[in-house]
Amino acid sequence: MSTAPRLTALDALHRSLGATMTDFAGWDMPLRYASERDEHTAVRTRAGLFDLSHMGEITVTGPQAAAFLNHALVGDIATVGAGRARYTMIVAEDGGILDDLIVYRLGEPGTPEYLVVANAGNAQLVLDTLTERARDFDAEVRDDRDAYALLAVQGPESPAILKAVTDADLDGLKYYAGLPGTVAGVPALIARTGYTGEDGFELFVAPEHAEQLWKALTEAGAPHGLIPCGLSCRDTLRLEAGMPLYGHELTTALTPFDAGLGRVVKFGKEGDFVGREALLAAAERAETDPPRKLVGLVAKGRRVPRAGFRVTVGGTAVGEVTSGAPSPTLGRPIAMAYVDAAYAAPGTEGVAVDIRGTEEPYEVVALPFYKRRK
Amino acid sequence: MSNPQQLRYSKEHEWLSAVEDGVATIGITEFAANALGDVVYAQLPEVGDTVTAGETCGELESTKSVSDLYSPVTGEVTAANQDVVDDPSLVNTAPFEGGWLFKVRVAEEPKDLLSADEYTEFSGN
Repeated sequence: MSTAPRLTALDALHRSLGATMTDFAGWDMPLRYASERDEHTAVRTRAGLFDLSHMGEITVTGPQAAAFLNHALVGDIATVGAGRARYTMIVAEDGGILDDLIVYRLGEPGTPEYLVVANAGNAQLVLDTLTERARDFDAEVRDDRDAYALLAVQGPESPAILKAVTDADLDGLKYYAGLPGTVAGVPALIARTGYTGEDGFELFVAPEHAEQLWKALTEAGAPHGLIPCGLSCRDTLRLEAGMPLYGHELTTALTPFDAGLGRVVKFGKEGDFVGREALLAAAERAETDPPRKLVGLVAKGRRVPRAGFRVTVGGTAVGEVTSGAPSPTLGRPIAMAYVDAAYAAPGTEGVAVDIRGTEEPYEVVALPFYKRRK
Repeated sequence: MSNPQQLRYSKEHEWLSAVEDGVATIGITEFAANALGDVVYAQLPEVGDTVTAGETCGELESTKSVSDLYSPVTGEVTAANQDVVDDPSLVNTAPFEGGWLFKVRVAEEPKDLLSADEYTEFSGN
């Protein structure tokens, strides 16, 4: 069954800017406006403006909202302070990752409200799973996907740009924190989060305000070199920053421990949670007998590895590429891959990627490939 | 964008210059370059290789994908553009000029090459 792609509130604007559009998780999204390498560089050195309205927002309220999320997710959501955010995951009973999420704690102390942001492709599953898991709790799960457009300003110039259009206390807003405010005359949840490896902000606004906000940010950003950016550069930016992407580094076949992200699982939190038993076993396995490990690969040559390509040693498969792209910052192709633990140490010799039948030499490195200077 | 009148075109989005002393220059069109996005790696046929009309003879890799390079004519390769190998972005910035890919001593050319106007209609650009 095929259905027409969903359009964001900024669709007409993207087309007027000449964007190349692409289908992403059922949404028609900007892939790039002009050169994706220029867009990538703008975010690393100045600033970029993204439409991320495909992301799936789910609101959780009610007296037991915190206890419910502690049960439904692997993180300790009850300890997230007002105005803060937490990176977490939702897993199946067998520990397999259903999605990775950011949970923002909104609302006043005493009446907490949580905004759960899921990946577009998983949003319906996350919504259904949360609804199912909320049955025994005094908590409400609300589909707010149509209530928000999401714009992101990312890059070192983003604080200066945002300050030009808001009186909100941005200096007091830490990484992984969010506060309600007014930006360019429209009410917004201002979050200091992102998926690029740079400082930046994500702005949740009503869809009818999206265009006004986009235009104001474009204008305020122009003197700082801000340009509109598409999903193509978002992918190379997150890859350089070593950030996982669901469907690539994260799947239902993997637990958070398999993905090297066991730190998001909080066994010590109050109450039982879905997947706990399976994850205890997964934690043990990752410690004593890891099947494969997520590593970084940097090309010695110029051919680009893509998701699904085999990682080899002496012609034998020892792993598989999950994401690969030419890295604008490193000037070489890079990849993330799951490889047998024996070949996962940075500097391991003799590792190659099978690129359409040719073994291309690659170097195993620690993630991330790129870390910004603070 | 406009497709230069003096060139001929294949349905695989290559262009072919007028044949001079038996040799034609080949590249990809601006339409194709835009569809690929930023080209980061070009594997071109080598001098002396025989290429066949409609068959693959190299590859162009961009941020998001890799695409086969087809030859629009049959013949022997007499030159490959080292400037493009060194700086593949030339394919994006000057697809009809400095971003040419290779030259062929034409032995045979297919009958279905398109004029600029026909290609513009075919590609919608």
